[in-house]
Amino acid sequence: MSSAQIEIQLIACLVAIACAIPGTFLVLRKMALITDAISHSILPGIVIGFFITHDLSSPLLIFLAALSGVLTVVLVEFIQKTGLVKEDTAIGLVFPALFSIGVIMIAQNANDVHLDIDAVLLGELAFAPFDRLIIQGMDMGPKSLWIIGTILFSTILLLFAFFKELKVSTFDAGLAAALGLSPVVMHYGLMTVASITTVGAFDAVGAILVIAFMIAPAATAYLLTNDLKKMILLACIFGITAAISGYWLAHGLDASISGSMTTILGIIFLIVYLFAPNRGYFSVLYRQRQQRIEVSLLTFLLHLGNHVDDENERHVKHLNDHINWQKVRSKSVLDLALKNNMITIKNDIVSLTEKGQHFTKEAIDYIITNKNSEIEKMKDRFFLFRG
Amino acid sequence: MEEKIAVQIDDLTVAYNYKPVLWDIDLAIPEGVLMAIVGPNGAGKSTLIKSVLDIIKPIAGSVKIYDKPYQKQRSLVAYVPQKGSVDWDFPTTALDVVMMGTYGSLGWIKRPGQKQKKAALEALEKVGMLAFKSRQISQLSGGQQQRIFLARALVQNASIYFMDEPFQGVDATTEKAIINILKELRKAGKTVIVVHHDLQTVPEYFDWVTFLNVKKIATGPVKDIFNDDNLTKTYGINYKVSVQQ
Amino acid sequence: MDILEYIELVFTDYTLRTITLGTAVLGAICGMLGSFAVLRKQSLLGDAISHAALPGIALAFLIVGTKNSNAFLIGALISGLIGSFWIRGIIKKTHLKSDTALGLILSLFFGFGMLLLTFIQKLPNANQAGLENYLFGQAATLLASDVWIMSLITGICLVVLLLFWKELKLSLFDPDYTKTLGFDIKFLDILITTFIVVAIVLGLQTVGVVLMSAMILAPAAAARQWTNSLSIMVILAAIFGASSGIIGTAISASHNNLSTGPVIVLVAAVFVLVSFIFSPGRGLLFREIRFRKNRNDLELHKTLSFMYNIAKDHEDISHPHAIKILNNFQGFTKRSLQKLENKNLVKIEGNMWSLTTSGYETAANLYNQITPMNDE
Repeated sequence: MSSAQIEIQLIACLVAIACAIPGTFLVLRKMALITDAISHSILPGIVIGFFITHDLSSPLLIFLAALSGVLTVVLVEFIQKTGLVKEDTAIGLVFPALFSIGVIMIAQNANDVHLDIDAVLLGELAFAPFDRLIIQGMDMGPKSLWIIGTILFSTILLLFAFFKELKVSTFDAGLAAALGLSPVVMHYGLMTVASITTVGAFDAVGAILVIAFMIAPAATAYLLTNDLKKMILLACIFGITAAISGYWLAHGLDASISGSMTTILGIIFLIVYLFAPNRGYFSVLYRQRQQRIEVSLLTFLLHLGNHVDDENERHVKHLNDHINWQKVRSKSVLDLALKNNMITIKNDIVSLTEKGQHFTKEAIDYIITNKNSEIEKMKDRFFLFRG
Repeated sequence: MEEKIAVQIDDLTVAYNYKPVLWDIDLAIPEGVLMAIVGPNGAGKSTLIKSVLDIIKPIAGSVKIYDKPYQKQRSLVAYVPQKGSVDWDFPTTALDVVMMGTYGSLGWIKRPGQKQKKAALEALEKVGMLAFKSRQISQLSGGQQQRIFLARALVQNASIYFMDEPFQGVDATTEKAIINILKELRKAGKTVIVVHHDLQTVPEYFDWVTFLNVKKIATGPVKDIFNDDNLTKTYGINYKVSVQQ
Repeated sequence: MDILEYIELVFTDYTLRTITLGTAVLGAICGMLGSFAVLRKQSLLGDAISHAALPGIALAFLIVGTKNSNAFLIGALISGLIGSFWIRGIIKKTHLKSDTALGLILSLFFGFGMLLLTFIQKLPNANQAGLENYLFGQAATLLASDVWIMSLITGICLVVLLLFWKELKLSLFDPDYTKTLGFDIKFLDILITTFIVVAIVLGLQTVGVVLMSAMILAPAAAARQWTNSLSIMVILAAIFGASSGIIGTAISASHNNLSTGPVIVLVAAVFVLVSFIFSPGRGLLFREIRFRKNRNDLELHKTLSFMYNIAKDHEDISHPHAIKILNNFQGFTKRSLQKLENKNLVKIEGNMWSLTTSGYETAANLYNQITPMNDE
């Protein structure tokens, strides 16, 4: 591995972490799409900054770009407040307009400035090691590394300083306000960090793919855990994994580095989406099937309990025509009830056993008092076999 | 009692996310009653109506409207959803919304004509909203919006009316106007079923009541079953009609 | 080049005519279907779908091997539909919210598309040039056949919209009620979603993946401000969309280095801005004017009724009083007094004021109006 390759991967990893931290909070606050808006609308800020400084990595440019990101948020919120359009329409109106202004500004001045829209949008990580920070003749490494390193360092500092506040204001805005934490300050603080990170990352992975690095690792982590600290950690791990393996994929295919990293992020998300232990697609499907039968069983037992005196209502046949179930379903429900010793069948008349009566009575109590978790515990106590 | 049964519900069980919200409901609603469904929040009152109307699929049980499945009897049934369930900023006028009541009888593709418009105008007049017919619906007050919804159901000219909290967020005048229309409907032999949460007004407004809390607690004439015993069973705590303000 | 010359050129120059027609038709169909997207609160679904279409275009190229806009359309359509159904799957099956789902699909599909595009660019295939035009669109690549296809699809859309107008309107406004009337809302839902995806895919070549969502949203958001009728809104949105296309094309054709897509989007944004501010019913300007007027009227009324309360205790209603006593009253200003005098409701002589007969009557009327209103 050449030193340029190592530097590229290092930059990519720092970008991944710097994005994953604010990204986690944005996903939890249901504001993932605001990153979409920010990442597009920093373009005019970048262009103006570039006209002034002629240097993509100057602090002034980063400041101007981040400012236009925060402005976007303010503008979106202003439009939302007027009530002229609904919710996310405001986002959808603001960022294409600002982005178009940026594109046109670049096109109009194409002769004077060399600023490639593709580079801004898609980033060119491969060139990052060539732009080096040289102080008094000393080579201090690639400029991007310093920029994103500084951003990451400040993000981590802020995270440690305000972790408690961020946590409270994310999960319980009302409590946060009661504790004297201004939700407005938290909100705009987070927006500012997100804007600065987006700007800092654009020249590595490109403005659009910043969205992927912000949302995908956090969303993937959210499918695996509810614990905020674990979620941030997992998001960072997914980000780093995608950064490194994405680099080598791009190397192998000779294709866009940021595209490959996003593709790896997509693959990781797809795998977790399908196979996550509790929230994955398959485990949800399995649980739903199990619960469907168990709910049917509850229904059936309750029905028996409601009609102790009426043998007609408890006839096996009744399951089919009255409760309106198909044969297969009623058979599997009957089998499950029998296996668990909840019922007895005599001359095609179904009766509750004592255990069945117990179970039914407890279940209805829990449901009426809204104690869902108790029902699951109860199932564990009563069921020998699950659905 | 030798009454015709308008709505027959058998063993109805409904679950959201596999948690039962209605459990093994048996209910027979006789023709010509003005019935309140009462129960605490989350008792499944709206769910009961919605599953009768096939908006929500039950996991067990059956519903019959005059002895036939609902799907074959749609024209006999009118529905007033909760006011909050729609976007009142939608670009349409009061008359337009009421006209929607005629769409069911028109079926697919056919357009409403003069006849439908006349029926809609009549319904608007009945609810005292004729003057507001070209008003954009967002410019109506909560009570007026509810009247529009009621007019839309009246246009359907049904035999059975299901209403989800029609008195929620309306002014006193509208409440009186609505209950008068409901009583007129009953006089004309229609069956009216209302999800209601103001226990105070139950004896004054309704002649039939169903207590519901996941399970059916009781159903019958208000004068026979609207008592502290059933209220306590439904709401869990010691409930006294007289104390309830 | 002045406007007349340009218009002449549109009719004589084949390329310009094709592009103008193409962007106009595109604007019209986007405006029309965008109205539905906006009212269904699916504004940003368009953004996700347009980004999700990118890998479809690249894969279509890899399979067909040449640039063929029909193959691209189909590829984009398929991957756009996969994206939109996956979004639904994520929202339904997991606890991730819709914003996260949209952002995920948007960025992941786009990234994958970029991977494929850059991979294609390195292939030894001379035909690949111009694929990147799908990022920002290149109206100049529109051919007459593309415009024909667009018009055909717009025509089909229009017919279907007209046929199911009643049902679509009903299901947009009140889906549950639609169901109770016996209409199949799943069918209506799939119908309108498919059309929206088709409109987006049609626009990719002209406006590009990145800005396509604005074409869907902006004309509809602008149209909504001017009317309270769905049919007029859809027609207006189509007109706004088509105008954005025509004006945008004109601006970009008469300047160097101006790509059509961003210009069209900016023109549409201007439509939105103007509508937000100047629409008579909902616009911010008129809202502010109404607000001010109400406040001024209220101030005048308050001052007048304050005077009335003083005057009515005297036998002679026109008995003069010192202006000084009005100073105790909040909301009193010299200007409001001046206005009252201009309206002939009050007479001022030196430091004294008195109510005129008409002023007294107006105030008495106000008083009677206010009292029963408070009862309601």
